[in-house]
Amino acid sequence: MHELSIAMSIVKIAEDETAKVKADKVSKIELEIGVLSGIELDSLNFVWEMAVKDSVLENAEKKIIIIHGKGKCVDCDTEFEMENIYDCCPKCNSNFKGILQGKELKVKSLEIIQN
Amino acid sequence: MCGTCGCGSDNNGPTILKPGEHKHTHGEHHHDEHGHSHDHNHHHHDGHTHSHGHHHDNHTHDHQHKVLEIEQDILQNNQVLAARNRGYFEAKNIFALNLVSSPGSGKTSILERTLADLKNDISFYVIEGDQQTLNDANRIDKLKIPVVQINTGKGCHLESDVVYDAVKKLEIKDNSILMIENVGNLVCPSMFDLGENKRVVILSTTEGEDKPIKYPDMFHTADICIINKMDLLPYVNIDIEKLKNYALQVNPHLQFFEMSATKGEGMEKWYEWLKNPS
Repeated sequence: MHELSIAMSIVKIAEDETAKVKADKVSKIELEIGVLSGIELDSLNFVWEMAVKDSVLENAEKKIIIIHGKGKCVDCDTEFEMENIYDCCPKCNSNFKGILQGKELKVKSLEIIQN
Repeated sequence: MCGTCGCGSDNNGPTILKPGEHKHTHGEHHHDEHGHSHDHNHHHHDGHTHSHGHHHDNHTHDHQHKVLEIEQDILQNNQVLAARNRGYFEAKNIFALNLVSSPGSGKTSILERTLADLKNDISFYVIEGDQQTLNDANRIDKLKIPVVQINTGKGCHLESDVVYDAVKKLEIKDNSILMIENVGNLVCPSMFDLGENKRVVILSTTEGEDKPIKYPDMFHTADICIINKMDLLPYVNIDIEKLKNYALQVNPHLQFFEMSATKGEGMEKWYEWLKNPS
């Protein structure tokens, strides 16, 4: 359940960033999570409440932007959608590919409330 | 709350002990606070200050909602500290391996056999990661190899900050090999770079041949795949070629070693690689 540790890293980023601008509450957080990032969204949602308790993120709306997976075949240059990290090129079946997107795991933005 | 183990207090976090040392090291909670190197966080506080004062109904609360564009990688802290470890290893010519597998595939047995056979040729250091007990560190300590045990408590993987602290405690000499035995878990450790030179995933013949596609993240991030317990092949129902094909499907760059750590078969190739990694 590394999602807890991920959630705590998110809390840390939010705490650090709000401290910089002297805000004490976040009303909304936007996360970008790729389908190939290794994060189970169900698990992240499961630990979220517990992780944000007593932090600036408590009661913040959580918006997750899901980034779909995309790869490019090293052998034939075909670009293709990826659902799994082991998906091979649909055209030439090669396993050699570059992952163009889908590994994202980012805090995109924080909406803070300033008095 | 503690992010690694989820505990409520600071006293149940990871502990780092050498064999013979006692616990209660005044609950040092090593999830690294030292040395935040916040470089450029692309911090566009350029104030999209949507100060929509919500004037609907009657209450006019006029605190401003302001959006901070953060664009920060969630794993950044771990990666920065991993980079610090990597720099330390490089400066001291330490070759660091991160050994990952499910529990019971033989990580510690492979280590024991390797250390016993090569300790006269190579200077080894070991970091053992487990949720509980000093058992593995004690096994390594019997071979007179410097070892520290990280107990992660409820934590399911090692992170670069605890490894940094363990490395400091080990006082590693130049030109050595550092073996980091991760917590037995084929899922969580995959996301956490420890600053290692190579990641070694270990599978045993008693596990299913489809492990690589069931747990692809771990195989995707590994450099080496050891297939252990080859001596059990006659008794188990596994197709090694199929296993390798699955693994190569996930990661075409994987390099394989087949061995039996208890019987000693197939160790030579692994030893050659350790002496001359490529």
